[in-house]
Amino acid sequence: MTPFLFMLVVLGFSVGAGLLGSLLGIGGGLILIPVLTLLLKVDIQYAVGASIVSVIATSSGAAAAYVRDRMANTRVAMFLELATTAGALSGAFLSGLVGGRGVYLVFGAVMAWSALVMLKRMRVGGEVPVPVDPLADRLALHGSYWDEAQGREVAYRVTRPLAGLGLMYVAGTVSGMLGIGSGALKVPAMDLAMRLPLKVSTATSNFMIGVTAAASAGVYFARGNIDPFIAGPVCVGVTLGAWLGSRHLMARVTGTWLRALFVGVLLWVAFEMLRKGWGP
Amino acid sequence: MSGASTPGPHGPEATTAALRDGAEGSQLQPELLISDLLRYGVAASLSLVTLGTVVTFFRHPDYLVSTEALQRLTSPHPVPHTLRDVMEGALAARGRAFVMVGLLVMMAVPVMRVALSLLIFRQQKDRLYVGITAAVLAMLVLSFLLGAVH
Repeated sequence: MTPFLFMLVVLGFSVGAGLLGSLLGIGGGLILIPVLTLLLKVDIQYAVGASIVSVIATSSGAAAAYVRDRMANTRVAMFLELATTAGALSGAFLSGLVGGRGVYLVFGAVMAWSALVMLKRMRVGGEVPVPVDPLADRLALHGSYWDEAQGREVAYRVTRPLAGLGLMYVAGTVSGMLGIGSGALKVPAMDLAMRLPLKVSTATSNFMIGVTAAASAGVYFARGNIDPFIAGPVCVGVTLGAWLGSRHLMARVTGTWLRALFVGVLLWVAFEMLRKGWGP
Repeated sequence: MSGASTPGPHGPEATTAALRDGAEGSQLQPELLISDLLRYGVAASLSLVTLGTVVTFFRHPDYLVSTEALQRLTSPHPVPHTLRDVMEGALAARGRAFVMVGLLVMMAVPVMRVALSLLIFRQQKDRLYVGITAAVLAMLVLSFLLGAVH
């Protein structure tokens, strides 16, 4: 394979990862790292370095559209970024202390748990009243969004901001440790704990992921793990995919569909993570 | 959401939404500013990355045909990873350094977004969120400083 062909292949996979990532509110790093390391035999350190930049690219590319359409809740995002950036800093330090194996195992377990919780709620269905939370009122976190399927503006209330803050700290730590956006942890935290609508959770997660990733990207850059030949095409491809995803797919996918797809991806990722922690 | 065929926030409803927000004290404008910052930041970054890639292949035609050159790309090797390396490379018109400048711009976009949010909350005299945003910005600056120490 020539470097030119290599970059084209990386670009192609990156477009796919960006498309899927923007649809699910994840950075695409979880898809890219296995592709780069297993299929293209890229050194894991460089795959992670490229991934962290792609995570920023996805977030910024999709978030631009989500923010303009007022789908992302910028106040919720800013409040929760307190925890994700602190977590990303802790994660960068923790990754040096604990082995990769332990990280993968914990991660796999958390992912499987999230998927099961979402599956359970999907079966129950129906609207449960959102409990009143004085802190959420004080922070003015409540909002509304335009629902394409229902054809009207939907107002929603937010609850348990402190629970969200705690979960976001964990998500930030995982992001800093593995060099991923960890949107797969951010979306359930907002959707299940804080009771934001899934579409708002997905959009807000995209909005927050860039800031979380930026908090650890500096470390990867300083270590020399961001290679222009790998991170370059990854960055371009992922942004292109994310742009396509936010522009054309989001409007057509209903909440239930999105949730089912999301549960599937969570389970697959959990399996991959556990296997990495367990395997040789 | 911005599909041309379906009426969304940018259809006829956009006017009423803008009017309503205007009455409440221009809620829509900050969101447009942030959206533009993200879009133009990403566009600038991608232009630099693409330009740098083209320059690289222009300077190294062997990358189009040689299979040996790939070995160097997929195994650990020193890449520019200090600001001075990157700037010196960019001044010498090295394609790789242009790509790195583009990637650095991408990393700076979220930081600039938080800084812009800080200005917006200040303008809105929202002291609670000025505090929250300042703390996030401080955390980001700290992480970049710690990265440099590493």
